[in-house]
Amino acid sequence: MRKRNGFLIAGLVLTCALAALILLGFFWTPYDPNAMAAGPKFDAPSPAHWMGTDNFGRDIFSRVLKGAGTTVSIALATLLIGAVCGSLAGALTGYFGGPADEVLMRLNDALTAFPSILLALVVISILGPGSRLNVMTALGLVFIPSFARVTRTAFASLRDVNYIKSARLMGASSRRILLVHMLPNTAPVLLPALTIGFNNAVLAEASMSFLGIGATPPNASLGYMLSEAQGMLFAAPWYAAGTGLVVVLLVFSVGLLGEGLRRRDRGVL
Amino acid sequence: MSEELVLSLRHVYSGYSDGAGLFGKRQRQEVLHDVSFDVRHGEILGLVGESGTGKSTLARTILGMVRPDRGEVVHYTKRPQMIFQDPYSSLNPFYSVEWTLEEPLRVYGKYGRAERKRRVREMLERVELTEDYLKAKPSELSGGQRQRVSIAAALIRRPKFLIADEPVSALDVTIQAQILDLLRALRRELDLSYLFISHDLNVVYQLCDRVLVMKRGRIVEQGTVDEIFDHPKEDYTKQLLLAAE
Repeated sequence: MRKRNGFLIAGLVLTCALAALILLGFFWTPYDPNAMAAGPKFDAPSPAHWMGTDNFGRDIFSRVLKGAGTTVSIALATLLIGAVCGSLAGALTGYFGGPADEVLMRLNDALTAFPSILLALVVISILGPGSRLNVMTALGLVFIPSFARVTRTAFASLRDVNYIKSARLMGASSRRILLVHMLPNTAPVLLPALTIGFNNAVLAEASMSFLGIGATPPNASLGYMLSEAQGMLFAAPWYAAGTGLVVVLLVFSVGLLGEGLRRRDRGVL
Repeated sequence: MSEELVLSLRHVYSGYSDGAGLFGKRQRQEVLHDVSFDVRHGEILGLVGESGTGKSTLARTILGMVRPDRGEVVHYTKRPQMIFQDPYSSLNPFYSVEWTLEEPLRVYGKYGRAERKRRVREMLERVELTEDYLKAKPSELSGGQRQRVSIAAALIRRPKFLIADEPVSALDVTIQAQILDLLRALRRELDLSYLFISHDLNVVYQLCDRVLVMKRGRIVEQGTVDEIFDHPKEDYTKQLLLAAE
């Protein structure tokens, strides 16, 4: 019997629990997240308000639930754009190689040389700030190069493996070779990359909203709330603490999940 | 043995371009020089030579993975297949034995599910594996079992010509003998011809009918096993034989 993979189990449990909470937040929160005077202003955490209230008396726990939903959906959309486009480009260049590979990878190097937040800022300022769709697009574009690189390496390393040569000899189409013969064998590299990408996307979204170019009120995201909390750090320290805790928990759980996946596929426990 | 041919090469020159960047100049490495030979129907033709003489490049050229610079490669049979030296990388680790054996038939697309399953079971029996192995993943198989599965996968669409690139050199001696027996039996049962690439002259002596001796991309001598082993003409062949004793 294989040794139990503690990382994977802990990661799965935590991630599922958080996902359930966030899903719940889409439909129900203890108070209306934007209702003023849901309780007294600057109320410390109590059974009625688990994470206390802010300067308008809004319930922070309700706001965090809702905000986490916003953050996670932006992160997932970012991941979708980045992973789909990046993996496609990486898989094709990795498998076929040639001049297109060289050109794309040098372009990739150039993009990687920029700090990703800076790049996202540039894209946002071109697209126009404030809209959730623009934030997703900007972050998604910024995430393409790293996925392309990881996928390219994974596919290139399989290109000359004997079972792929056999697949070519039996007359399998390139599409079939890429999707059926190669893709499942790149999972040990791609799945952890996805979890790391998700975490980076959460943090990137939070940073952008913190800087005021991400999601805008009333659709508060965790990053926007953190920047709000900064202004009342002494009056309501629980605001920053609660919001920060959720960001950390989210990244931590998915990080655990990724590490668990990596260990399972490498056979290291 | 009939004089019908399965493959003929005439004055083939081939090689590969080594990795140049976007702006670098591609260097063409000539590996094969003026290679001509035939594979006759039903024979096992051995190809011997030190490593690095272009044996694998020759196999790749024959199968069209490398385009020859000059000369012609003529196949008289359809879809020749190849089995590889390393049994650990020749099976897709993600899939079961059954999937791997079925895949060439699926790709061909002319057989229904029931017919595919029937052919897979029949071929599994031919390579002397039981149906218990159908659901096994490659990681659960030994080197010899993997090589049997590779052979079965290569033969499932009934090619008439098989290139075997050092198919037993990664295996233990007793397993080697079993695989060689299997290759011999399959040739008879399925009417196959082989090009058997090896650096192991003892294996070639046991298995092959004729032998090609290759040195630095040229065929320096060819003849029947007896001619080559008992009366070698070239110094290079004599050296190889001495080294193998």
